[in-house]
Amino acid sequence: MKKLQSTLPIMVMSLGLITLIAGAMLGVVYYITKEPIAQMAHETQVAAIRNVAPEFTNDPEADKWTWENEGLTYVVYPAYNGDKLVGAAVESATMSGFSGEVRIMCGFEADGTIRNYEVLSHAETPGLGSKMATWFCDPTGSRSVIGKNAETASLYVTKDADKNGEIEAITAATISSRAFLEAMRNAYEAFKQYGQTLKN
Amino acid sequence: MLTYISIIVTAIFINNIVFSQFLGICPFLGVSKKTSSALGMGAAVTFVITLATVVTWLLQRFVLDPLELGYLQTIAFILVIAFLVQMLEIIMKKIAPSLYSALGVFLPLITTNCAVLGVAILVIQKGYTLMESVTYGVSTSLGFTLALWIFAGIREQLEITELPKGMQGVPIALICAGLLAMAFMGFSGIKIG
Amino acid sequence: MANKWKLIYNGIIPGNPVLVLLLGMCATLGTTSSAMNGLMMGIATMVVLICSNAVISMIKSVVPDKVRIPAYIVVIASFVTMLQLIINAYLPALNATLGIFIPLIVVNCILLGRAEAFAGKNGVVDSICDGLGCGIGFTFALTLLGAVRELLGTGRLFDCVIYPEDYGMLLFVLAPGAFLALGYLIAIVNKLRNLK
Repeated sequence: MKKLQSTLPIMVMSLGLITLIAGAMLGVVYYITKEPIAQMAHETQVAAIRNVAPEFTNDPEADKWTWENEGLTYVVYPAYNGDKLVGAAVESATMSGFSGEVRIMCGFEADGTIRNYEVLSHAETPGLGSKMATWFCDPTGSRSVIGKNAETASLYVTKDADKNGEIEAITAATISSRAFLEAMRNAYEAFKQYGQTLKN
Repeated sequence: MLTYISIIVTAIFINNIVFSQFLGICPFLGVSKKTSSALGMGAAVTFVITLATVVTWLLQRFVLDPLELGYLQTIAFILVIAFLVQMLEIIMKKIAPSLYSALGVFLPLITTNCAVLGVAILVIQKGYTLMESVTYGVSTSLGFTLALWIFAGIREQLEITELPKGMQGVPIALICAGLLAMAFMGFSGIKIG
Repeated sequence: MANKWKLIYNGIIPGNPVLVLLLGMCATLGTTSSAMNGLMMGIATMVVLICSNAVISMIKSVVPDKVRIPAYIVVIASFVTMLQLIINAYLPALNATLGIFIPLIVVNCILLGRAEAFAGKNGVVDSICDGLGCGIGFTFALTLLGAVRELLGTGRLFDCVIYPEDYGMLLFVLAPGAFLALGYLIAIVNKLRNLK
């Protein structure tokens, strides 16, 4: 076939045609993948809640409660066993990380004991701040926050002597550690607020 | 106000687009042999990034979002950028021929500069407002220019240095870039506001 | 047939896109913090490269010369978007690690470079072979760089512990290490080429 001439109508037509076909194909792929993408996002969320919250019989996502404070949004996913509130998974965040936002999901028992946590997203330095995903559930020394009661324990790094900090910071990543613990405290604050709304 | 200062300092020093985000490396290595051409490239990039950020931001906000066509983002943005660069070239040639002769050679290179598309996508991901996006775009390109300019200065010196044969050219340039990136790491962790 | 093998081989060793031609540097530096990430990015780029090369060689006769670049960009961008949607749907973890570098495959100079230099002039089968060769070459370079950085930085290789992490040089996982490691890799390749 001979190469087409570069006249204006032909150029417009051929470009238009290519864009049209490309657009149509993208539409088809989008339509096919739309369902799985939504499904996947939902499953990740449910898996994170299940991982941190106590055993529940309700649908925490349906019962979720959002709280906004100082420009940040917290989402409490309450866990009920029958009619009894046994704890919650709280999605919490802070902007005071080494490179910005740190988002975590932490699970509390009804009395404020920290059950487990999961780091949802962060931009901390790989190999330093990024260790937070495993560091704070490591039973070595006083690293772990698991099993501490957020009401009574002082969730600060040991370097913050004025706060009687109880948690050992990640080596060479104190700022990230402080940010993580702040997100944890914020989460508990949100959980307490949720408790307040139940009483009212 | 503090937000803007924070965006500017972060984009220029802390998260420098070349040294910590790895965007725009191709022109960074290609056009950094002389300080004068480095500044020219920097100016052209600043121009295009700022314009592209505004146009793509408006496109995302008023066309793609309302029509739920978010998945067309990549293709729409790259076409807009290619179109803008082309238009800019034509307009510059007509209106400011002196500017064109200074910056013209760099323009075609910019379409495939990932910094432009990268910034356009990043401001959407970060959820900036229009003013914040413009600030981010301008300061990112200033950071790019700064990196390019410092690096060109170093490379001018490298030209007259004796090096092992395998090291000449790009390898030593990359290693210098690594050392510069290390220097820029000193800025990390700075907090404003 | 020998001709096809030669096309593939050419992309892998003599015309390696990263180590010899120095193309696609952004993705090379940005996604190689571990061998696995490098491998994944390489494969993603290879898939797009093969598809776009094939389609471009098919449509080359209906695209007038003056608009060929925009036409190529549309083709490449559509494949990248499809890949993005598919990764989002079935491999969300990959999307989280590669992040912005997936949409940025569009502006990877290798894609437009191969379209312009090869697919726009040759037949479909040859173009697919060329895409495969360059793709493998790119993947190889990225995996190698990722492996070097992961091993030196964290003492692991594909997540298997080789030596304790405490002895690792963390610098290699961070930004400066990417530049340093790539600089030395290219220097070694240059040295080997000079020997021949």
